[in-house]
This record gives sequence, structure tokens and C-alpha cells, in this order.
Amino acid sequence: MKRISFNNIVNSIKDSVIEINCVASKELLNKYDTGIMRENNELSKKVLINLKQNAIIAKEKMIPICQDTGTAVLFLEIGTEVVIDGGFIYDAIYEGVKLGYQEGYLRKSIVDNPLSRNNTGNNLPPIIHTKLVEGDTLSIVLLAKGAGSENMSAIKMMAPSEGINGIEKFVLETVKNAGSNPCPPITVGVGIGSNFEGVALLAKKALVKEFFEIPEDPNITKIEKDLKEKLNLLNIGPQGFGGKTSVFDVAILMEPCHIASLPVAVNINCHVIRHKKLVF
Amino acid sequence: MKLHTPIDKNKLKNLNAGEEIYISGTIYTARDSAHKLLLQMINNNEKLPFELNGAVIYYAGPSPTKPGEIVGSIGPTTSYRMDKYTPDILKEGAAILIGKGSRNEEVKISLLENGAIYCAALGGAGALMASKVKSSSLVAFSELGPEAIYKLEVEDFPVIVVNDLKGNDIYECH
Ligand code: SF4
Repeated sequence: MKRISFNNIVNSIKDSVIEINCVASKELLNKYDTGIMRENNELSKKVLINLKQNAIIAKEKMIPICQDTGTAVLFLEIGTEVVIDGGFIYDAIYEGVKLGYQEGYLRKSIVDNPLSRNNTGNNLPPIIHTKLVEGDTLSIVLLAKGAGSENMSAIKMMAPSEGINGIEKFVLETVKNAGSNPCPPITVGVGIGSNFEGVALLAKKALVKEFFEIPEDPNITKIEKDLKEKLNLLNIGPQGFGGKTSVFDVAILMEPCHIASLPVAVNINCHVIRHKKLVF
Repeated sequence: MKLHTPIDKNKLKNLNAGEEIYISGTIYTARDSAHKLLLQMINNNEKLPFELNGAVIYYAGPSPTKPGEIVGSIGPTTSYRMDKYTPDILKEGAAILIGKGSRNEEVKISLLENGAIYCAALGGAGALMASKVKSSSLVAFSELGPEAIYKLEVEDFPVIVVNDLKGNDIYECH
């Protein structure tokens, strides 16, 4: 048995929510640099230089890299030997998200009802996906997910006969249609398999694939690489003004599916990659 | 190219898609809900909270202002959601619209008809855009929170022309 205190979870979530929104990771800064080196179109280069400059200002002032500080999305893996001392785990997460968005001066972007649309005022509720695992570790992968890129995502229930060519075509179409809207350069998360609801979750999880211990599959790595090359030939470019850097990365996750199905989902993330893994 | 508000539409004619312009003066934020309310007011012949003729409208909803700062992070939001309202806003004389992402045909035609341009600010660069804002005040619809209308005094606010008055679109011409 491992005991983890309720307050420890609240405080860690609160701090992390602020950190991911205001402090760009080294990986993101490196991605801007790689793009700046690759672009020879003056406008595209300048856009990337400005995006990097933006990240530097945000960190200095501890203000959000982007004003859309997103929906908080959390992937929980709870070891069956974990006990939370002092309260219920979801309450701790709600409290941490609420405090983070308040104390970090982050924008509250959630409405209580998709039709009447009143702002909840505290960015609650977050979206939580929970998995029980063996052992005594609690891990939380946290994302701040903006709507501009989320709105450009798509799902399709394909015929198995469409195969990899059909999947590539769908990914290319989705990214092309998204164009400048999702604030490129984007990261493209692709889910393949599972079922209707499962595949959307796979695509979201693909965006943070590096945080999960997923054995490398050379076939998937190759498809990711090919797709990235093809997408970067679309000439969408940084902010849609043209150029070689339309996507930073493509990440694919696959799962078994029904004999009659080939579900595919494409979840898009903007250039502002905001995520983190917490391990208790 | 530098422009000062209120915008003289004659100065917009020679701008080209892809050109950077730097705006100084007063600009107003308005996004989905504010547009909806502005349109209701226009239809009811009510007095608007700011003069639309020659105005610069910025599709943005800032993050809250930290103590000691002028404004929170304030990058553009995706513009297509405002397409439905835009022709009516342009008829009232708005000169420059700022957002991100492409517009529908109706908006493009309306821009040409009204001698107005659509520009893009850098999406996901709210901290950089905030550094160009010299003052900020709430003008209307405070109940909308981040979606309220704010009056911003800006200096050399950098935007890129998307739709110029020659019918070009930067998102299509590469
Ligand atoms: S898509 Fe991303 S970068 Fe663009 S406005 Fe939304 S959160 Fe910000």
C-alpha cells in the first residue's frame, strides 16, 4: 500500500497547470529552432522567430504562452495499491485545476452547458480518463488543450479494405482542411482501431505518447515518418502562410478492433504544446 | 507599413496579402458572444458601445490581467466563427478585422465591397501581442468575462494582411 496525501495531489496539479501554460518546454523551443533553420521563406521564418520570442516573454512574465489556456485533460493511471489520504482523488484534481486557473491568471474557457453557454468561472470540469493498473504508483498526464486545434479534429469509421492508403488520405485531408485555423505548426495525434469512442481517446493519447511506456513498433514509426513528410509538403507552413514546417510531429496509437471496422481519429494540437507527467 | 486609428480606408487600397502592418491607436476586442450582441443592437437601432466606422476589431479574449500588468495574454481566436456576423459589421464601416484562419466567400466579397481588409495576428502568441498593448479598459458586456469588449491602446501592433483589396488571400496564394 502506498499512501498519497490529498493535498499533495491538489498542489501538484495546481503548480503544473500554471507551469505548462506559462513555461514552454525545452523540446518546444528546440522545435521552433529546427523550423527556423529549415524555412527559407522570409515570412515563415519570421513567424517562427516570433513564436519563439512569445514563449520567452511568457516565461519571463509568467503569463500564458497563449490566451486560450484550454480545457484541462488528464490521463490517470491509478495503481490498485494506492490509497489517497484525506479525500477523493477526483476532488483533488478538480481543486488543483480550479486553483491553478485562478492563481495563475489563466483564462477560464469552460461553459456549463453547450447550448445555454454560461462560463463556469473556474475552468471546471476537467476531462479525466482513468485506468486502473497494478502496483502502487499513481501517474497523471496533464494537458491543457486549446479549442482552435481541437475543433479541427476528425473521426471516421472506415471500411477495413481502405487500409493504410485510406488512413493516410484521411489524415492528409483533415490537416489540409484545418489549414491555418489550428495555429500551425501542429502535432497530429492519430488513433487507429478500437471502436467509435475508443479511437478518439487513442488519438488524444497519441499526442502525449512519449509519457506512456509503449513498445516501439518499426511499422508505426515508419508510417509516422512518411505521414510527417507528406504533411510537410502541403505547404501550409507556420500560421498557414506557406512553408516547410506545417507539422512538428505525427504520433500514432493502434489498438485491436472488430473484424468489420477500421476506426480512425485525428486529434490536432497547435504549436503550443502544453503537457506534463506527474508521478506519485 | 504603419497605420494609425481611426483608419482611413484609402490607405488600405495598396496593401498586399502577406504584407506586415503595424497598427497604433485604439482597437476593440470582440469575439463570438460580443458579435451576437452587437448584431442585436444594430438590428434594434441601438447606440453601439463604440464607433464602428473606421474601427479596428480584434477577435480576441484575453486571459485575466496579472497584478502589475496591463493586460493578460491576448492572441487572436479563429475567425471563421465570426463569418456569420461579419458582413453586417463591415456595413457599419469597420476597416480592419484581425483574427486567424481563413474566411468564407461571403466575408471576402463583403470586405471588397466595403473597402476593408482582414489581417492575421500570430495565433498562440498572446504574450507577444500583449507586449504591444499600452492600456486596456472594459467597454461593454462585462458579463461575458473574457468575451467582453475591451478597448486597447496599442503601439506597433503587428499583423499580416490576409485578404487585401485586390482580391488576394495569403492562405491561398502560396
Ligand atoms: S489553437 Fe492553440 S495556439 Fe491557437 S489559439 Fe488555440 S490554444 Fe492558442
